[in-house]
Amino acid sequence: MPDLTTKYLGLTLKNPLVASSSPLCKDVSNILEMEDAGISAVVLHSLFEEQIDIESRNLDQFLSSGAESYAESLSYFPDMGQYNIGPDGYLEHIRKAKQGVDIPVIGSLNGISTGGWIRYAKLIEQAGADALELNIYFLPNNGTVSSAQVEQMYCDLVSHVKASVSIPIAVKLGPYFSSIPEMAHRLDAVGADGLVLFNRFYQPDIDLEAMEVHPALELSDSGELLLRLHWVAVLYGKIKADLAITGGVHTAGDVLKSMMSGARVAMTTSALLRHGIEYAAKIQQDLAEWMDEKEYHSIEQMQGSMSEESAPQPSAYHRANYMKVLSSYTA
Amino acid sequence: MDPNVHLNTGDSESYIMARAKVTIDGNEAAAYVAHKVNEVIAIYPITPSSPMGEWSDQWSSEKQTNIWGSIPTVIELQSEGGAAGSLHGALQTGALGTTFTSAQGLLLMIPNMYKIAGELTPTVIHVAARSIAAQALSIFGDHQDVMAVRQTGFAMLASNSIQEVMDNALISQAATLESRVPFVHFFDGFRTTHEVCKAEQLTVEDMHAMLDGELIRAHRARAMTPDKPVLRGTAQNPDVYFQCREAINPFYLATAGIVQKVMDKFAGVTGRQYNLFDYIGAPDAERVIIIMGSGAEAVEETVDYLVEKGEKIGAIKVRLYRPFSVEHFVKALPASVKSIAVMDRTKEAGAIGEPLYLDVIAALHEGMRGRPLPKVIGGRYGLSSKEFTPAMVRGIYDELAKENPKNHFTVGIVEDVTNSSLEYDHDFSSEHPSTIRCLFYGLGADGTVGANKNSIKIIGEGTDNYAQGYFVYDSKKSGAVTISHLRFGPKPIRSTYLISKANFIACHQFHFLERLNMLKSAVPGATFLLNSPYPADQVWDQLPRQVQEQIIGKQLKFYVIDGYEVARQTGMGTRINTIMQTCFFAISGVLPREEAIAAIKDAIEKTYGRRGEAIVKKNFEAVDLTLDHLHEVKVPSAATSNLPMVPPVPERAPEFVRDVLGRIIAGEGDLLPVSALPVDGTFPTATAQWEKRNIALEVPIWDEEICIQCGKCVLVCPHAVIRAKVYEPSHLEGAPETFKHAPARWKEFKDLKYSLQVAVEDCTGCALCVEVCPVKSKSDAKHKALNMAPQIPLREQERGNWEFFLTLPETRRDLLNPALVKDNQLYQPLFEFSGACTGCGETPYVKLVTQLFGDRTLIANATGCSSIYGGNMPTTPYTVNLEGRGPTWSNSLFEDNAEFGLGMRLSIDKQNEYARELVARLASQLGDTLATGLLEADQTKETGIFEQRERVKQLREKLAGAKTPEARDLLAVADALVKKSVWIVGGDGWAYDIGFGGLDHVLSTGRDVNILVLDTEVYSNTGGQMSKATPRGAVAKFAAGGKPAGKKDLALMAITYGNVYVARIAMGFNDTHTVKAILEAESFNGPSLIIAYSHCIAHGYDMVHGLDQQKLAVQTGYWPLFRWDPRQADKGKNPFQLDSRAPAVSLDKYIYNETRYTMLKHSDPEGAARLLVQAERDVRERWKQYEHFAAMPAAEAVEEAKDA
Repeated sequence: MPDLTTKYLGLTLKNPLVASSSPLCKDVSNILEMEDAGISAVVLHSLFEEQIDIESRNLDQFLSSGAESYAESLSYFPDMGQYNIGPDGYLEHIRKAKQGVDIPVIGSLNGISTGGWIRYAKLIEQAGADALELNIYFLPNNGTVSSAQVEQMYCDLVSHVKASVSIPIAVKLGPYFSSIPEMAHRLDAVGADGLVLFNRFYQPDIDLEAMEVHPALELSDSGELLLRLHWVAVLYGKIKADLAITGGVHTAGDVLKSMMSGARVAMTTSALLRHGIEYAAKIQQDLAEWMDEKEYHSIEQMQGSMSEESAPQPSAYHRANYMKVLSSYTA
Repeated sequence: MDPNVHLNTGDSESYIMARAKVTIDGNEAAAYVAHKVNEVIAIYPITPSSPMGEWSDQWSSEKQTNIWGSIPTVIELQSEGGAAGSLHGALQTGALGTTFTSAQGLLLMIPNMYKIAGELTPTVIHVAARSIAAQALSIFGDHQDVMAVRQTGFAMLASNSIQEVMDNALISQAATLESRVPFVHFFDGFRTTHEVCKAEQLTVEDMHAMLDGELIRAHRARAMTPDKPVLRGTAQNPDVYFQCREAINPFYLATAGIVQKVMDKFAGVTGRQYNLFDYIGAPDAERVIIIMGSGAEAVEETVDYLVEKGEKIGAIKVRLYRPFSVEHFVKALPASVKSIAVMDRTKEAGAIGEPLYLDVIAALHEGMRGRPLPKVIGGRYGLSSKEFTPAMVRGIYDELAKENPKNHFTVGIVEDVTNSSLEYDHDFSSEHPSTIRCLFYGLGADGTVGANKNSIKIIGEGTDNYAQGYFVYDSKKSGAVTISHLRFGPKPIRSTYLISKANFIACHQFHFLERLNMLKSAVPGATFLLNSPYPADQVWDQLPRQVQEQIIGKQLKFYVIDGYEVARQTGMGTRINTIMQTCFFAISGVLPREEAIAAIKDAIEKTYGRRGEAIVKKNFEAVDLTLDHLHEVKVPSAATSNLPMVPPVPERAPEFVRDVLGRIIAGEGDLLPVSALPVDGTFPTATAQWEKRNIALEVPIWDEEICIQCGKCVLVCPHAVIRAKVYEPSHLEGAPETFKHAPARWKEFKDLKYSLQVAVEDCTGCALCVEVCPVKSKSDAKHKALNMAPQIPLREQERGNWEFFLTLPETRRDLLNPALVKDNQLYQPLFEFSGACTGCGETPYVKLVTQLFGDRTLIANATGCSSIYGGNMPTTPYTVNLEGRGPTWSNSLFEDNAEFGLGMRLSIDKQNEYARELVARLASQLGDTLATGLLEADQTKETGIFEQRERVKQLREKLAGAKTPEARDLLAVADALVKKSVWIVGGDGWAYDIGFGGLDHVLSTGRDVNILVLDTEVYSNTGGQMSKATPRGAVAKFAAGGKPAGKKDLALMAITYGNVYVARIAMGFNDTHTVKAILEAESFNGPSLIIAYSHCIAHGYDMVHGLDQQKLAVQTGYWPLFRWDPRQADKGKNPFQLDSRAPAVSLDKYIYNETRYTMLKHSDPEGAARLLVQAERDVRERWKQYEHFAAMPAAEAVEEAKDA
């Protein structure tokens, strides 16, 4: 049996297969099942500051709506002692998850204000999370914010949070930066302990019957892995932060490729949603069998082995890649 | 309140120092003690006592205990009768129990009250005293209800203020335990139940000190138990009933003494001394008023003022009214008294005098023992919370000084028919000049009242001032105006009346200025704060002339703030409450500015903290931003404006509307004399059209180019402000330039024009019409055939267009298919412009019924939302067609509506039968053709009905001038020959709970009535209490933990009769189905029951999504649509037709769009998850059952239904 352990964010994990942040992790029983299936760590679903704010505003709006207007009905709802609007439910979930499993539990946070990021990060730390993944995404929908400003905002944010908590911090990024390596360096410089590549975003779709726009998110497939492999391979060895791949990890082969490109862990959700949580055990079994067959004795041994630095054809990770594919096709 | 007024010396002072000062209302004060000293609390919602039950339920759900460390059991019953029954049972078996009620609720308790008293059972019922529904319902305060139970054997103790409510709640509890005589503890509805005032809170120690444990154990020892069995509640006969009835006498003779003893003990504990009859005033008074309830406070304020000026006057506050102690009463009266006025806040038509007056006469007769009797007059005052002011009190004393004072007088109204009313000096005031008086005019939606409640708490609890808040609301549920009356100052406040001389007036809505004469109440030099969209240097020119003149004439200090701009900048939307509150504190200087802001923020934290940080934060930001926007206006020396005040109704309105209803709309209803009003509560319909409220910020605008003329917007409009007509193009002659029309999209009407017109002055801006519009522009998908646009710029133009639209002829009904929405939405609605909530889910159904059958409809309406938006003064939405026909409407009670409607049916049928008999008898006079036509008319279709009306017209012509009794009788009943449609309308509180027994019986009679249940799944009108229609897992009042039980399947229960037409409908899912069911129900010659999904503000989401939620309710299988038509069985078909598909969407996708469900998900996620699982099972099982029904052969289905 090869040694499957890996190190991520300073945590020693029994294997590189981590459950990525998703609604699956909202249920503690799923997390227990993940541990049983051999998953080495879980990233919880995100605590969304915006959602807390919206819930708060909605609650206030609907409790106030129609109240104090008509003498017979000065309110329409009982006055509850506690509405639990806020992070309490999420924090309780962390505590329950920590009580239920031995594997590391990584919190995930999406904030909208600097104060919110810092405050909720501290609360997540206090609730017992082993690490925190910052699920940052910012959609610049108008022309007034420059890419430099957006990038600076990311760095400031990481820097603030890093200064506020002592648990390791990973940053989950989208692929839409003009210069991913530069961005990675900057995040590295402000203290990110890990970079998670890449976030998958909801994409609006148009319903031709209803003539409405609906947000849609399809399950990923292995094809999406390639973009991640590319950038992890490029970044490997050049930054201190641990690299993680999320998106497109569906098979043992995908995990192996992730490791070889330089990732410390490979995160998966779509595969578990598609095949069931127990499918994680099959991935690991396949992984171990492949390693046995190929006589790899550890995961560590292969990490980065196909990175830009170590690959037999590093130019494949460069711009020429595109030209070569085209030329080979036409040939 | 002044807790030190009756301060005893010695030990009591230390008690006072230890007690908390709280700023609460009377309901909370009563409930606080009741919850602390009871074990079983049986409740049922009724205004204005509902909050007592709500507080009790909340405290028990928060696990707050009584003084013995146990959590009282609180249970909601199906009616007040039920609550009294359960209370009776609880008391008989040894628990300490109570209930709270008002008005009709108390009347429903009477049978049990006799039992409870006859069995000498200690209990206290806390009553928010309220008017009784007579010529009209009124939710406001007087003593008609409590006076209707004075004969039951209950002792009756009156409280006049918030402090007294708390104190007497305990005193009555102690007294009932010792005397064994049950008590009604009463205080005035709204004036006391809803006044917010500073009071000293009794402690648990006080309660222990007052309640003797031995007496409680004695009560338990008398309880029924199989271990010591007894028989109670026997039937007795002439031989012993009388003696047994007299056996209670010693207990009643002892009660007054016991109560005084308890009051004395209470004084020892708290320092506040009460007496059975408390005398106030000059020791040598010659003129004395006798009064009980909150009016006594106004009397005391006046007495204090006039005695200081040397007048020999006084008053007796009656506290223990039953048993009436002659001895104590006579002792309380000063020997110098020469004339007495006894004030009754009740009306007992036909009696020699009102009850307190008669009691006083008898007491004097019995108690004076040969001494000369003073002159005694009786007067009525304050019915339905009518104002009772020091000016009126002074008028009474002036009357008493006359040689021949008027007896059986009224005061506070102009009674110009029998001339009973007293004249008085309206300008008299006894308020202390150090008391600051503030008036705030706001909208319900802007949060003014909530902020003012906080302000009173801040002043009451944060300063040494005495403080009082009272709040006046509108008769409408949408766009409602609120007026807050706040007083504070160093002297105790006994002013139990509205402010008419204000030092500070705030107008929170600029447009009120042109409608409400609010500055008439300003004293010279007062401050006026205006929320204005215009800056300080421009606002002057925007004011109506009258306002300018008042500001100049009274030398007012004038401030403006653009509250909505601050709200916009801080994300507060339309909530300007904390902004205006900050201005008030900044200007009034009641607290140093920094301290005031800190106190406001503290109040924000307390009020909104539990709703989340985002809310607190935005309120804080609003407070911080406010003062930069607050500016004083430099007042010019002369009025320059030409803007007039807007008349309440147009000059061209009918005389009664203009002279009577118009004055009510203008807030001058108090000034209407009796002669101006109807003698029997009968009012004309078709009046809401004159009350242009202009409350919508945005209104829908029609794009005639892309409209497909489907009629859906007309159908769903809750306020009937969107109308459509198809007409000849020639009618467009003279149309305003901006009047829109399009070629009619009907095959049959291809050469005609179609117009869709919005009454923008009546629109509430709910946008349901835009939401339901199925059309989207091909080049700009967000643009629909209806789009919202700001109202003000469109107002003048669209007013003209609306008026022109009304002149277009109605579309001919005989050319339209009533089953098609596109067609039937061209029918004129005979229900329009109601005061229902914006986006109401009930009114579209009511309106549809009036479109389909309005000209022949009688409506029996259960008390509830539909009776309020249908029949709350001043105007009614029910209207008439061009022939003057339309729905005739009446509300009897809450509990009897089905029976009331059945009575209408029986009456019409009987008169029809008699008319037919007379037609047969007079056939020769009428002519055989006409007589046969009348008797054999087929009225199943509208054309048949129109023909029959023509025949009746001929009948009238033929019999005109006839002298025989039979012919004249036939003329009197001839209209009964035309088919009438009886609609029994009400909400789920009526149909599922209080009126269920009657509804069930009416269904069983086989009579042709149509019952429309507007199912909002809670008692909406009284503020969202749980009913048996409330779904499992929904949070409602009395179900703070989520309703544990499933919704009753009323439809299925009705099906079991087999011969009842039953339908469950949801307009938002399938409007054609809704129309079909209503048509079938009406055409069915027997009882019909329609249960209509009605989205409601009490569900907690934006009503613009009401139709989407209806859709989801059906798609999830929560609200399956079906029809049970007994006529199908006659044809050998299955009468059960399932009209919606199997659940296709999971239940959570529907319910978690609504706060009533999400509240629980947040507060108790595990409980919510458990209830969701059960609710999902309910859906599955019911669907299975319905599918099973639908798949059965006809005969089997009928049999199975009967067995279900």
